[in-house]
Amino acid sequence: MTASATDLANANANAKVQAHEWPLWEVFLRPKAGLDHKHCGSLHAADSKMALQLAREVYTRRQEGISVWVVRSDQIVASDPADKAMLFDPMEDKVYRHPTFYELPPEVGHM
Amino acid sequence: MSTSFAPLPTSASPSAAAASATTESIRFAPTPQQTYLMRIGDSCLIHAQRLAEWSGHAPILEEDIALTNLALDLVGQARALLTHVGRQTGFDEDQLAFLRDERDFFNFTIAELPGRRAGRDFADAVLRNFMLSAWMHVSWAKLAQSGDAEVAAIAGKAVKESRYHVAHAGDWVVRLGDGSEDSTRRMRQAVDRLWPYTAELFETDAVDTAAAESGLGPVRAALRVGWQAIVEPVFADAGLKIPASGAFRSTGSRGVHSEHMGYLLAEMQALQRSFPGGQW
Repeated sequence: MTASATDLANANANAKVQAHEWPLWEVFLRPKAGLDHKHCGSLHAADSKMALQLAREVYTRRQEGISVWVVRSDQIVASDPADKAMLFDPMEDKVYRHPTFYELPPEVGHM
Repeated sequence: MSTSFAPLPTSASPSAAAASATTESIRFAPTPQQTYLMRIGDSCLIHAQRLAEWSGHAPILEEDIALTNLALDLVGQARALLTHVGRQTGFDEDQLAFLRDERDFFNFTIAELPGRRAGRDFADAVLRNFMLSAWMHVSWAKLAQSGDAEVAAIAGKAVKESRYHVAHAGDWVVRLGDGSEDSTRRMRQAVDRLWPYTAELFETDAVDTAAAESGLGPVRAALRVGWQAIVEPVFADAGLKIPASGAFRSTGSRGVHSEHMGYLLAEMQALQRSFPGGQW
């Protein structure tokens, strides 16, 4: 088999597997009222209804949450890890971006 | 009382006792009210045992966890009811669960039918889970008004769990019944296999009547309308036909079980009978 024929065969095999696999969903839990939903993991499910049920089964068995969000993993747009330096490093040496030079009156308490 | 018992063993021969390392069974003559509660508690317990057999074998990891979660809910419900009965009869929940003989269990036969073992299909597990959960849900809702305050409290908690069980299992019935050609065929076969065992769920007998008269809970016939209101729409969504009712009646709730029950109990009780009073 030539290289391109092998690639084609692999691609077909992958497509076949993917067609039989349920999509991946990301699961977000709100631990208690007033707090934000936090990402806690992922799971496979056929549709949103099943994803919610299975998220409840897998991630809230010990009362970890009071609200669940699920979202298809392929609907999340993520930054490229290769762009990490470009996107985030420039903030490292700019202390003036942080409001740490103000004298806070004690009555304000924790900010 | 309609419950019948196997005769007590007269005197075990010493050699037989020495040869057997297992603990002796407990026996007591339950009141109709206690039998009534054990029917429900035992059905929870035996169904939990069947669901737990799927641990490590369900079609997907997430459903594997789901089925055992449901089983743990059912174990919790069984514990509550058996503890309640045990307090009246001088036994604890473990003795009632692990040291009773087959004839002294009063679960509905449908709960004990083979699950994953014996070549049964996931479709059977899904359908039984749905039909039994629906029965439990209707039953718990009525028992929440029980004249027995402890039973009412147990039911008030359990009804939340059973509501989820019905939703989860009903969802699978629709997915498989209205799924692929293969899943539809298997689901229809499961309906043909299991439906005859649902008749027992609605057959009022003297135990039910005594329980109803003392204000403990409803007779089984009173649960039919509520059960149908849950089951029929899901069957319709799943494209499944409800079979005509037949003459067959299973008798687990009278202590007369199918041939599968002995094997189930042997596995479920082995540890506690080999290590009496063992705790973890």
